[in-house]
Amino acid sequence: MTKKNDEHMNIVIVGHVDHGKSTIIGRLLADTNSLPEGKLEQIKQLCRNNAKPFEYAFLLDALKDERSQGITIDTARSFFKTEKRKYIIIDAPGHIEFLKNMITGASRADAALLVIDAAEGVKENSRRHGYMLSMLGIKQVCVLVNKMDNVKYKKEVYDRIVNEYNEFLNKIGIQSQGFIPVSGMEGDNIAKRSINMPWYEEDTVLTMLDKFTASKPLDSLPFRMPVQDVYKFTNDADDRRIIAGTVESGTINNGDEVVFYPSGKKTHVNKIEPMSEYDTATKASAGYATGFTMTEQIYVKRGELCFKSDQTPPLMGKHMKVSLFWLGKKPMVKDKRYFLKTGTMKAECYLENILSVIDASTLIKTEKDQIDKHDVADCIISTSKLCAFDNSALLSSTGRFVIVDEYEISGGGIFTETVDNLHRYEKAKVMLREGKWEHGYVTLPERNERFSQNAALIILTGTKDTNKKLFAKALERSLFDEGKNVYYLGIGSVIYGLNADINPPGEKENRSGENIRRLAEAANILLDTGLILIVTASDLTKYDVETIKLVTKNDNTLVFWLGDECTTDIECDMVLPNDEDAIEIIRKKVEQVAVR
Amino acid sequence: MDHLDRLEARSIHIIREAYNSFKNLCMLWSIGKDSTVLLCLARKAFYGHVPFPLVHIDTHYKIPQMIEYRDRLAIEWNLDMIYGENRKALEEKRTFPDGNCTRLECCRNLKTEALAHTLAGDWPRYRMDHNLKKYVIDKNTEPYTGVIVGVRADEEGSRSKERYFSPRDTHNDWDISDQPPEFWGQYKTDFAPGTHLRIHPLLDWTELDIWEYIKRENVPVVSLYFDQGEKKRYRSLGCYPCTKPVDSEAKNLDDIIEELRTGKFANIAERSGRDQDKEDGGGLEELRKNGYM
Repeated sequence: MTKKNDEHMNIVIVGHVDHGKSTIIGRLLADTNSLPEGKLEQIKQLCRNNAKPFEYAFLLDALKDERSQGITIDTARSFFKTEKRKYIIIDAPGHIEFLKNMITGASRADAALLVIDAAEGVKENSRRHGYMLSMLGIKQVCVLVNKMDNVKYKKEVYDRIVNEYNEFLNKIGIQSQGFIPVSGMEGDNIAKRSINMPWYEEDTVLTMLDKFTASKPLDSLPFRMPVQDVYKFTNDADDRRIIAGTVESGTINNGDEVVFYPSGKKTHVNKIEPMSEYDTATKASAGYATGFTMTEQIYVKRGELCFKSDQTPPLMGKHMKVSLFWLGKKPMVKDKRYFLKTGTMKAECYLENILSVIDASTLIKTEKDQIDKHDVADCIISTSKLCAFDNSALLSSTGRFVIVDEYEISGGGIFTETVDNLHRYEKAKVMLREGKWEHGYVTLPERNERFSQNAALIILTGTKDTNKKLFAKALERSLFDEGKNVYYLGIGSVIYGLNADINPPGEKENRSGENIRRLAEAANILLDTGLILIVTASDLTKYDVETIKLVTKNDNTLVFWLGDECTTDIECDMVLPNDEDAIEIIRKKVEQVAVR
Repeated sequence: MDHLDRLEARSIHIIREAYNSFKNLCMLWSIGKDSTVLLCLARKAFYGHVPFPLVHIDTHYKIPQMIEYRDRLAIEWNLDMIYGENRKALEEKRTFPDGNCTRLECCRNLKTEALAHTLAGDWPRYRMDHNLKKYVIDKNTEPYTGVIVGVRADEEGSRSKERYFSPRDTHNDWDISDQPPEFWGQYKTDFAPGTHLRIHPLLDWTELDIWEYIKRENVPVVSLYFDQGEKKRYRSLGCYPCTKPVDSEAKNLDDIIEELRTGKFANIAERSGRDQDKEDGGGLEELRKNGYM
C-alpha cells in the first residue's frame, strides 16, 4: 500500500555565510504552499511589531538568537513535498564558527544544495563546505548561484562562477549534478522558471530536487553489525540472551554463522528475536535495529563488530591511517589521550603521526605538528586496544569514526588504509629480545638429543567450562610416565604472578593481549630448555595463537579445541569432544611431533 | 525499508544507546501520542521490557481520562511508573486556573519546576507499587542523568534545532548556540559530572508519521484524540484549562491520518490548540531552555 509520494529524502543546503541559504528555503516553502497556515503571516506580523523588513529567511530562523544576529546558528529542518516525494530540507549554517553544526546537518542528508552568492563569488566556506560534503560521503551536489538579481541576471557572472567552482569540485573528486542561477529574494528558478534569465533553460531548484536519486540500500554488501548491547532481562521469566545492534550493511538470517571482531568469537544465529507480537522477521538487513539469540552461548560484549564467517572480514588493527576533520576548540596534538568511537566501540587513542594538514578552503597542504580547528588532516591514529573497522572506500558505514576529546566529539574521519600493524607491538618486542638474548653454549638440538624428544608446544583451549586443565594434567602425567620431559602451565598461573602488575586484584581475568604475550614469553623460555610444554587458556582466537607462535618462534606447535563446537575464529589442528577419549587422541598426536 | 521502518530503526538505536550510556536513565511519558509511541519503541527495543522508569509530571489539571489511561497501561505492561508534582504551587494556588498567574507562568510552575525537581530527586517522587496497585513515595532520590523525551522537530521552531542527545548543564540550561556535533550515528554520551542529557529519539518524526505508526503497530492511545460524537477531538493533549479540542469528525485512526494527509489539518500547526504558545514571541524557547518539553 505504498502511496505515490511515500519516498522521503533529506536535503542539506550549505554555503558561505550570507549567501542566502535560508532565504532560498523560505522561498521554496512559500512558493510551494508548504508552510503551516498562518506561519507566513505570523512572521510578517512579528517583523512589523519589531519594525524590521520581512525576509523569507525569518521563516526558518525561528529562534530569537538568530533573528537578532541574522545568521543561522544551527540546522533547522523544514518539511516539504512534491508529487514525487517528501523532503526534509536541512538548513546548515554558513558561518565558520558553526562548522560542527553544518556537519551535523549535512551528515543526515542524501544530497546537497550548495549556495554561492553571484556578487560575492566563490568564498572560503563555499569551498570548505564542498570539501566537507565529500568527506561526509555525499555524492549528489547541485550548486545554486544565488542573488542573480544583484548582478542584473548577467550570464557572464554566472558562467564565471560555474567555471571557477567546477574546477574546485574536480580537484576534490566531486561531480556536481549541475548549476542553477537563482534569486531567493525574487523567486527566480526556485519553484518556477525565471523570466529574468531567458538564457537559462534547465532545471529549477524544485525540478532538480526530484532528479536526485534515493540512497541505495546497503543490503547487498557484506554484513556488519556493531554489537550495541547484550540483553538479558530476567523479569517475567525471560531467559533469552540477545545480541542487539543496528545492521550497518548486508543481511543476516536465522542459522548464519557469525564472527565477532576483535574478540574472534564465533557462533550461529539461533533466531532473530521478534521485537513485538506482530514481528515475524527471520532476517535483518541494512538499516534495521535488530537482535538475535545464539546457538552457542559465547561471551561477547558491546563494541565488537559482528560479520558473517563466509564474507570478507573487517580489518583489525591498532594503528590506522585516516583522514580526519577537526572541530575541537583545542587543537589535536600528539601525546594527548583521546577516545576513538567507531560503530559502538570506544577505544583510548593517540595521534601518532601527522602526514599532512590540508586547508579545506584552499586545498593547500602544510606541515604542522598539530591539527587546528577546521583543519583536515591525513594522519596515523593508534589505539590502546585492537579495533575492528573497514576501509571506508569499500564499506563507508563501518569505515568512519569520531574522536572524543574529554567529553566532546571533536573530530570525525574515515579509515583510508591500514598500516601493516597487526602484532606490531609484539613483533617489536621479539626483535629487541632476539637482539639482546644471551645464548649459552648448549643448543636446543643438543638438548633435544639428550632428552630424546623434540621441544613442542601443546595448546589446549575451548570455552571456560571444558576440562582443559584436567586433561592437560592427565596428559602431562602420561607423557612423564613415558619418560618425557614435560611441563604443564595454565594461563592462570601466569596472570597472578608474572603478570600481576597488569592484572589489578578484583578485576575480571583478562585472557587476551598482554597476558597472552607474557604467557608466550614464558613458554618461549621453557621451550628453549627442551621441554614439551602444555599450555591451557580459554577461548583463544586466531589472533592469540598468532601472537603465541610469533613470540615462541616454535614450529612444533599443536592447537586443540575442546568441545563440540569451536566458538572462536581460531585455526586449530583438531576439535575434540570434551571427554576422556580426548586425552588419548592428543597423546598420540603429541607423540608424532615430539618423539624422536 | 519504508519510511516508518527507517524512523523506527533510528529511534530504537538511539533508545538503546541511551540505555547503555546512562546509569540513571528515565523516560518522560506525557500520556500523549508521541511519548506513547516512544514507550512502544522502548518495548520493541528491549523485547517487551522497559528497563527504566517512566516519569510523568502531574499538574493535577490533566484531563482525567489521561490519568486513568496512564495507570491502566502501567499495570498492564508492568511499567516502572513514577510521577512528580509541584505540591507547593498547587497549595498556594499559583496557577492560571486559580487566576493568579499567566498561562506561561503556570506552565513554569506546574511543569518546568516540577520536572526539574522530580528529575533532580529533591522533591518527592511517587512510584507505582505493583503489589499494592497504587503510588507510594519512591525511596530512590538519585538524580536522573539521562532523560528520554518525545519531542519532534516539526512541532515548532526551536525544536527543529534539537540534537538527538542534547546536553543540559547544572541549571538545566540548553545552550543553543553551542550544541555538540552529531553525525554518523555517534552521539554525545560522555558528559561532565553535574550535567545531564536529554535524549530525543523522535526528532525526525512528523505528526503524520506518529499516527501512521500508531495504526501500524496498534499503539493504544487515549480516546480523547477521537471525535466521540460531539464533532470535536483533541489534537494535542495537555491541561484542560489551556488545551482546546479542535473541530473534527475524525473518529478513528484512518480518519485522523486522512485529515493530516490531505484534509483540513494538512497545513495547520498541531499546537494551534495550545494557548500558551501564543502568549509571546520566543516564550516556548525560553521554557525549553529551562527544561519544558
